[in-house]
Amino acid sequence: MRWDSWSQFWDMGGYGLYVWGSMGVTALCLLLEVWLTRQAHRQALALARTEAQEAS
Amino acid sequence: MAIRWFYYAAPQNFYALAGRLWPWLAALTLVLGLAGLWVGFALAPEDAQQGEGYRIIFVHVPVSWMSMLIYLAMAFWSILGLTFNTRLSGMMTRALAPTGAMFAFLSLWTGALWGKPMWGTWWVWDARLTSELILFFLYLGYIALTSAIDDVRRADRAGALIAIVGAINVPIIYFSVKWWNTLHQGASVSLTRSPSMAQLMLWGMLLMALCFWAYTLTIVCYRVRSLILERERYTAWVQALPEVSGVKP
Repeated sequence: MRWDSWSQFWDMGGYGLYVWGSMGVTALCLLLEVWLTRQAHRQALALARTEAQEAS
Repeated sequence: MAIRWFYYAAPQNFYALAGRLWPWLAALTLVLGLAGLWVGFALAPEDAQQGEGYRIIFVHVPVSWMSMLIYLAMAFWSILGLTFNTRLSGMMTRALAPTGAMFAFLSLWTGALWGKPMWGTWWVWDARLTSELILFFLYLGYIALTSAIDDVRRADRAGALIAIVGAINVPIIYFSVKWWNTLHQGASVSLTRSPSMAQLMLWGMLLMALCFWAYTLTIVCYRVRSLILERERYTAWVQALPEVSGVKP
């Protein structure tokens, strides 16, 4: 481990804003995309179910 | 082992395959991501010139690679689609586009956050940055065009043209730092010479790159299944799926 304390870790040698701004927004984008993709899948399933019920 | 390409080119078979694959790919994404972050943030030493600020590299370089690779993958599927007129190709291209756009955005975003402390500016109109911005717009153009045309097969063909013609931009991005004088530095890793960085930094970056590969494959498997359901919902095989019919197999 290269860090003595959490505050040192978050500070990133003074570059905290830039490093965590990059990591944070990347994590946020990935989570958002996963959520949106799951939502879209639910909608697609619902659409297919409606179609199947109407056909039967 | 011979992979039955034509068998899996049928949406029905690919739907099942992608459904089996995505949980494994998701697990792989998590493992690679945790390993990459551990190497990048706990093990890798600080940089001689940039101190701790260089650690943006662990996300900036992998997302930039992915933004270019995904566009090439879209061009590849588009060529297949136009040549063989397979249904799956258009769906694969469409499933890739949002993730590619996201990576292009992240490349620009993390680049700006890296540029500010190191170059003293968020943005500069140099060849590398400008061509990456064009890539982002190409993704948006592809998404806008394909969603504006109601007939999905026509939309796929129109989108395929953007994907193929736009692919010329990818080598321009990649070689821009060689062809022009740019503020952006040259390639950190190339196939022809040994990398210009410490072993642990390189490993952290490669693990993160593999993590984003696995992430992309996961999300594309997941999204293409939704697209298949949507487009093939009138077919008997979709209506017979246990998750659609509600009948347990």
